Amino acid sequence: MTDATLGATASRSAASTAMQARLKKRHAAERTFKAQGLAAIIVALVFLVVLVGRIVAQGYTTFETHTLSVPVYLNPERIDRSDLSGVNYDYIVAEAMMKKLGVQDDDLGTTSTKVQDLLSRDFGFQLLNKLKADQSLIGKTITVTGPLKADADLYFKGQIKRSTAEGDRKLDNQQLDWLDKLEKDGSVKSGFNFAFFTNSDSTEPEQAGVLGAVVGSAMMLIITALIAVPVGVMAATYLEEFAPKNRWTDIIEVNINNLAAVPSIVYGLLGLALFINWLNVPRSSPLVGGLVLALMALPTVIIATRSALKAVPPSIREAALGVGASKTQTVFHHVLPLAMPGVMTGAILSLAHALGETAPLLMIGMVSFVPGVPEGFTGAATVLPVQVFIWENASERAFHERTAAAIIVLLVFMIVMNAAAVILRRRFERRW
Amino acid sequence: MLTWLSLIVLTLFSGLAFAAGRRRAVAAAGGRARVLHSLPDYYGTYAALWAGVPAALLLLLGTAFGGRVEDAMLQTTRPAAVSALDPDRQNVFFSDAHAIAAKQAPSEVAYEGDLKVALDAKVAEAKRIGTMLNFGMLAGAGVLALAGFLLAFPRINPDFRARNRVEGWTSILLIGCSVAAVLTTLGIVLSLVWESWRFFQSVNPLSFLFGTEWSPQIAMRADQVASAGAFGAVPLFAGTFLIMFIAMLVAAPVGLYSAIYLSEYASRTVRGVVKPLLEILAGVPTVVYGFFAALTVGPLFRAGFNAIGAALPAGPLATYLMEVQNQMALVAGVVMGIMLIPFVSSLSDDIINAVPQSLRDGSYAMGATKSETVKKVVLPAALPGIMAAMLLAVSRAVGETMIVTMAAGLQAKMTVNPLDTVTTVTVQIVTLLTGDQEFDSPKTLSAFGLGLTLFVVTLCLNIIALRIVQKYREQYD
Repeated sequence: MTDATLGATASRSAASTAMQARLKKRHAAERTFKAQGLAAIIVALVFLVVLVGRIVAQGYTTFETHTLSVPVYLNPERIDRSDLSGVNYDYIVAEAMMKKLGVQDDDLGTTSTKVQDLLSRDFGFQLLNKLKADQSLIGKTITVTGPLKADADLYFKGQIKRSTAEGDRKLDNQQLDWLDKLEKDGSVKSGFNFAFFTNSDSTEPEQAGVLGAVVGSAMMLIITALIAVPVGVMAATYLEEFAPKNRWTDIIEVNINNLAAVPSIVYGLLGLALFINWLNVPRSSPLVGGLVLALMALPTVIIATRSALKAVPPSIREAALGVGASKTQTVFHHVLPLAMPGVMTGAILSLAHALGETAPLLMIGMVSFVPGVPEGFTGAATVLPVQVFIWENASERAFHERTAAAIIVLLVFMIVMNAAAVILRRRFERRW
Repeated sequence: MLTWLSLIVLTLFSGLAFAAGRRRAVAAAGGRARVLHSLPDYYGTYAALWAGVPAALLLLLGTAFGGRVEDAMLQTTRPAAVSALDPDRQNVFFSDAHAIAAKQAPSEVAYEGDLKVALDAKVAEAKRIGTMLNFGMLAGAGVLALAGFLLAFPRINPDFRARNRVEGWTSILLIGCSVAAVLTTLGIVLSLVWESWRFFQSVNPLSFLFGTEWSPQIAMRADQVASAGAFGAVPLFAGTFLIMFIAMLVAAPVGLYSAIYLSEYASRTVRGVVKPLLEILAGVPTVVYGFFAALTVGPLFRAGFNAIGAALPAGPLATYLMEVQNQMALVAGVVMGIMLIPFVSSLSDDIINAVPQSLRDGSYAMGATKSETVKKVVLPAALPGIMAAMLLAVSRAVGETMIVTMAAGLQAKMTVNPLDTVTTVTVQIVTLLTGDQEFDSPKTLSAFGLGLTLFVVTLCLNIIALRIVQKYREQYD
């Protein structure tokens, strides 16, 4: 009896040790598994931080810019009053600069070329405009303030360093000495880069801005919203509230789900074949871009609207029908208004998605260089994401910082739209 | 401009029709709206719809297709000087005539002698036809508007069922909108098939699908050597597959594990913070990922491999590592994987949450730990859904364009080496269709062949995914 008890205890304790070991192993496995999950989340968040951090780090310097003030003597000998546009203003500015720096040009014009490499061509345009407005300035000395050339700007921002071998950088030692001198005597000032927001695309990085792209994006989104939202909402209303359940509506439903997953570039091919080649809509216009994006956004608007309509309880419909409203009146006077917050949230989110879309727009000719703000819905335009793509391809280093800055602008717009959607949802969402 | 103006006039007319219809109904009822079958506004709307809609449709159709009609009428007669040109040049001639008449920029082709005379004649003709069409359209719209109003107005009397009629119009509109979705699909299929068919007239479909050499260089002049390019798409498929595979290697484990952690382990607060952050990652435009890949990840990986190569003892491997390029498949694949993480994670999260709690409770009651419950109960139950999510992610990866366009190369190669540069179907479509090319050459048309292949493949993946979900969905309901 005792033996038996002893034996049982022994075997139990043996079993218990084995069990303890197993339990330990199982708990260890549990911890590992949990740690793996946590690691996955951390990896994803690290990616997010690195992505956003890198772009901000590359782009924020764009918002600072350096301007130079230089007194320019408008030498009457060099300015032909009868042909103001034909004057070489860049050289007049270069002369003023050389005087300021105390250097002489040689016969080949090496020095003046080097000086011109530091200054934006904006100086010349400013002189031309001033003279066009007031010819009495000729013979006087006026002070002109304008941006430095992108490479000089990069030097002040510390992105072109003196420590780099002279042959490997855009500016040579003499040019850097000049820049140092200009900085010391206070003619170079740093300030917020307003030009980036008031200029459109340009071949000169220091004059390139996002205004044209922002306006183009806005025009395109207007077209997209005007088409995709009403058509999508009405289609969803029909499918959810009116349509009989039969084979045809099943086909339409499957079709919409599939359309939502079609790669965006295929919509670009459709736009090229249908709108441009067949309907002769002007290439690279906000109109054709908006049409293509509207087709792309349509399925997501439909899906969002349907789920908003589903969330309205049947009691609302029954009550309206009960007091004698017709089916159409029920839907349009009661169900749809109640579903509106959900519908608008979905619509804004799909428009935000359309705002960031690039690939289909490349197909319809939006990669062309468009200086200036688009002239209208059928004029050539560029949009923010495409501007990012174009600048990313540019070889000048100054464009890389501008690309990142354009991305920041794009992300700000998307965050605003997403925040609007979230606020709309929080503010108006009803739980039934 | 003309269209806008006439649409505004039409809207005004429609508004007048509304007022007139409403008045007539109220007057017929002797001012007692109760006697009417419908509310007075319905009578007004009925009249306004008949007055406005048919005419507006005509105006819109006229604007959309007017140019085509004009072209067709213009091309009915061809002057001898034009007929002598080859067909491509003839098209340029007519499009120039059209452009000049419409005050748009014509092509840069110079016209001299007989051609110049013919061009001027055609421009005059195009202007005449354009004016004629415009006036025809306007007159037609006017007649339609008036006829619609005259048809609707006399019908209005107290017994007329105006509400039902208006609701009939409404449902036609709603049905029309739902059909728009189907028409989009039809448009995609038709345009892809049509252009691909033109492509396959000059290139054998079999040699396109199974050929192993891709070099779509078509000569600018017909007499140039090697004017026929090679259109074997297998290297593109291989490149697409390689990048997709790398992307899934990143996205599948990270996405799935984070979904499991979020739905099974994370506290409410963690979930509330992490989910929106992942949604941000999902909302970042792909062009941003492309920029990140091209200017951050690419140089970083390259520097890393170069450093490894420098540290290794000299040999072919070290030399190879020293020479890797920014545009290796690994870079595009990894960044695409990052892009897909939130996609995989949010889909899997929904699916894991859909597994009934009773299954978990049963498993805990048997003494299973949380991880055992997840591995042995929840995941098997969610498996079809997760499979579907992965297939959808694959379809996204195959169709993704910007990351690969900016970070992958252009060289069509068949390789499984992730450090090599490859090109993908979408990159080639973009390359073939951006820039100025004549539209009829096999080179540009091959983009549609690739697009069709891409569409069919992604469609199949989506359908299989939907099928998997449908087939196993109701198991636990």
